[in-house]
Amino acid sequence: MHAALGLALLAGGRRLGRRSFLVAALSPAAALAWAVAHAGGIVDGDVIHASQTWVPALHLSLDLRIDGFSLLLVLLVTGIGLLVQLYASQYFAAGRAGLHRLAGLLLVFTAAMLGVVTAANLLALYVAWELTSVTSYLLIGWTDEDPKARASALQALLTTGAGGLAMLGGFVLIGQSAGTYDLAALAARPPTGTTVSVGLVLVLVGAFTKSAQFPFSAWLPGAMVAPTPVSAFLHSATMVKAGVYLIARLAPVFADQGIWRPLVLSVGLVTMLTGGWRALRQHDLKRILAFGTVSQLGFLVVLFGVGTPEATEAGVVLLLAHALFKACLFLVVGVIDHQAHTRDIRALGRYGPGWLGPKVVAVAAGASMAGIPLLFGFVAKESAYDAFAHGGVTGSGVVLAGLVAGSVLTFAYTGRLLLGAFVPTRPGSAPASGAVAPIEPPPAPALAFWAPAALLGTLTLVLGLVPGLASGLVSSAADSLDPGVHPVHLALWHGVGRPLVLSGLTLALGALLVAGRVAVARVQSRVPHPVDGDAAYLGLVRGLNRVADRVTGFVQPGSLPVYTGVILLTAVVVPGFALLRSPFPDLPPLATGPGDWAAAGLLIVGGVAATVVRERMAAVLCLGAVGYGMALVFVLQGAPDLALTQVCIDTLGAVVFVLVLRHLPKRFNERPTVIGRTARLVISALVGVFVFVFIVVAVGVRVEPPVSTAFIDRALTEGGGRNVVNVVIVDIRGFDTMGEITVLAVAAIGVYSLARLSRREGRELRSFAPLRGPSSKPQDQR
Amino acid sequence: MSLLLAFSTALLFSLGTYLLLQRRLSRLIVGLGLMGHGANLLLLLSGGRRGVAPFIGATKGERVADPMPQALALTAIVISFGVTAFLLALAFRSWQLTGDDLVEDDVEDRRIAGALAALADEEVADIEAMAAAGADAEAGGPALGEEDGP
Repeated sequence: MHAALGLALLAGGRRLGRRSFLVAALSPAAALAWAVAHAGGIVDGDVIHASQTWVPALHLSLDLRIDGFSLLLVLLVTGIGLLVQLYASQYFAAGRAGLHRLAGLLLVFTAAMLGVVTAANLLALYVAWELTSVTSYLLIGWTDEDPKARASALQALLTTGAGGLAMLGGFVLIGQSAGTYDLAALAARPPTGTTVSVGLVLVLVGAFTKSAQFPFSAWLPGAMVAPTPVSAFLHSATMVKAGVYLIARLAPVFADQGIWRPLVLSVGLVTMLTGGWRALRQHDLKRILAFGTVSQLGFLVVLFGVGTPEATEAGVVLLLAHALFKACLFLVVGVIDHQAHTRDIRALGRYGPGWLGPKVVAVAAGASMAGIPLLFGFVAKESAYDAFAHGGVTGSGVVLAGLVAGSVLTFAYTGRLLLGAFVPTRPGSAPASGAVAPIEPPPAPALAFWAPAALLGTLTLVLGLVPGLASGLVSSAADSLDPGVHPVHLALWHGVGRPLVLSGLTLALGALLVAGRVAVARVQSRVPHPVDGDAAYLGLVRGLNRVADRVTGFVQPGSLPVYTGVILLTAVVVPGFALLRSPFPDLPPLATGPGDWAAAGLLIVGGVAATVVRERMAAVLCLGAVGYGMALVFVLQGAPDLALTQVCIDTLGAVVFVLVLRHLPKRFNERPTVIGRTARLVISALVGVFVFVFIVVAVGVRVEPPVSTAFIDRALTEGGGRNVVNVVIVDIRGFDTMGEITVLAVAAIGVYSLARLSRREGRELRSFAPLRGPSSKPQDQR
Repeated sequence: MSLLLAFSTALLFSLGTYLLLQRRLSRLIVGLGLMGHGANLLLLLSGGRRGVAPFIGATKGERVADPMPQALALTAIVISFGVTAFLLALAFRSWQLTGDDLVEDDVEDRRIAGALAALADEEVADIEAMAAAGADAEAGGPALGEEDGP
């Protein structure tokens, strides 16, 4: 339904302009209403199925299945989708071109994303997955006149597309060894073995690229060139969660297999730390958020990837919390950008009256991100610490330390974001390099503009104060992932325990980093950049281009003889090997009669002469002689039809040759290079040897009776002719002859048009001869 | 089938190949003609048996020649005539335009083969622009707003 409306908008929405977002909002609104209506049932344990056969021959079908976890994501996708569409209708200037395209693409993306989270088998999931990649590409590159946007879009597409291909390979490996592609069936009877392990690693590569995990995270900050509504929707709340979603689905089943757990944990932790670290370096509000998203995605990957019930439950909570606060922050940043025309934290800071609302919303969402108590982010962080505090998995201590460190960084970049956005930079404290002049207080935004952000912020606050509200949703989601999860009771106060101590530690250290942010910046500028996926990507693309150029330059030198030579050599070498392996039969007799000698003499002498003579006319005559030699062979072989045809054609051909050749110079004048001549000799000798061996072997190894025995028997009774060759041509192989006639007709048309073209040109040249000057010279020679 | 005819066939192929690898269009046509003859011989000889013409009722118990390769060869003869005529028309046209029937190298291909380093695809240019901008943002360049005013 989304897809249909989205495509309709793409096609016909040009006139709607800004209002197309409102039309587009109808669709997620309807889906949201549907999801809410069914939510009660699903939370109680129902599962909704829908199935549509797709390619019956391959047993492919589009199965949709909505359980608790899918429901959570469906609610997020449709809910945030609705808000983003409403927000976008305020965000863009009314007259801007291409808005209907943006709205339509957002809808198509929504449809694809819903497909990802509701697909019940791996292949349907893959198709929807790739659709999200493609729509993401189109959305990032929406401002298509900007080379930066185009390049970022391409980078995103290449990264996620390559990951998607790896994932498809993984799916096939897993699906084939399990005998099913159905997710539920896979979970019930998980396959094992080396093949499955390899498949899992491939699937993980796909998930890592999609969720911007280290070292594939470079595309996500680049994707920030997209308009802010797009960034808020795709690149923080929904699409980048697809990889996390997949990991969450598979982890409870496969976490104990192969290198899954070490791989997922290390990648997630490294991502979380480097993302947070690099976020502290940025001056652009959106880039801070982007690296923050990378960091949080790493966090999610760790939680879901472990595959223990407690961690899965914490992951579900964090997933919900992150979608709420990150989308909210993006929307507020969009408001600031829209009003102030800059996102640089060194320029921002002074605001007029009427900004209190957005400020409060941003602080609430930011506090949730930092994990400050009374907000939903705090609840999420508590349960995450709780999941690892009890041990159970090898290395959980290290993981826990990593999570705490990551959360400290999170607190620090949240501080950088909020202080940077809302507190003016003190004169003199900014480093000399950042000579960005502070701007005048921007005008206050309209209430309708920041209302979507306010709604999300309020949700964060309410869920933080009364986490029990989300308990049902979260426990049904966690339960559908892993039946081992105990019923969840989210609460603000878990009592004093290790998680609370760690939270306090996080807050204290984070506050320290914020307070000492000038010193932190100084350290950052000294420490060299951490390993950077951007550089690797750039090098890869450049290298690929260079290799492609080399290869093209090598195999396409533009010379016809080289091409022909390569083709002929291939034709000789490849079947030649097969020929060498076949048994060599007895040689036939040298000659079967005097006729053979005559014919062979004519062929050999004529052929050699046609090749070596230097005059065109002589070469053609020699070719004619070979033709008559052929006719002689045909007579000897019992083929009078062929002989007759050969004589006719030969005579006709000679006439045509003479017609053309009387124009051309009499002699060939060419001085071939030594290399060229040697190569020609070698290739032609090889071809000759090959053909000789081929004939002898082909005749000698024949075992089956020829098909034509039946032709002879049936020619008169069924074909109605006594000449079997004629019957074969007009009857048995009638279609072949039709094709032959067509070829002749095409050739005739070609010859006619070429001849006609030159005649007309000749006339023009004659009438404009003085103007054309040198180009009319060939005509003079005639 | 005799060894002599097999040798003739191979020789026709070989000579045809030699001519086909040249640049002069009219030699190329002669080469194709020789190869065509060779192919017809190949068809006929690998058909195997030599015999009297396959006319029903005209034979008195002798071995009949295989009609199948004959039919194939007949088609091939006619087709190669069509090809020859078309190539001749091309040669004529080439002579009209350039005063010669030499097949030149493809200029575009030569340019690509020759000027590898100077090649700058649009995508590469875009990516370089992005890299520069990214480095700029890291280094602390201004982060400008993306939208036009309301």
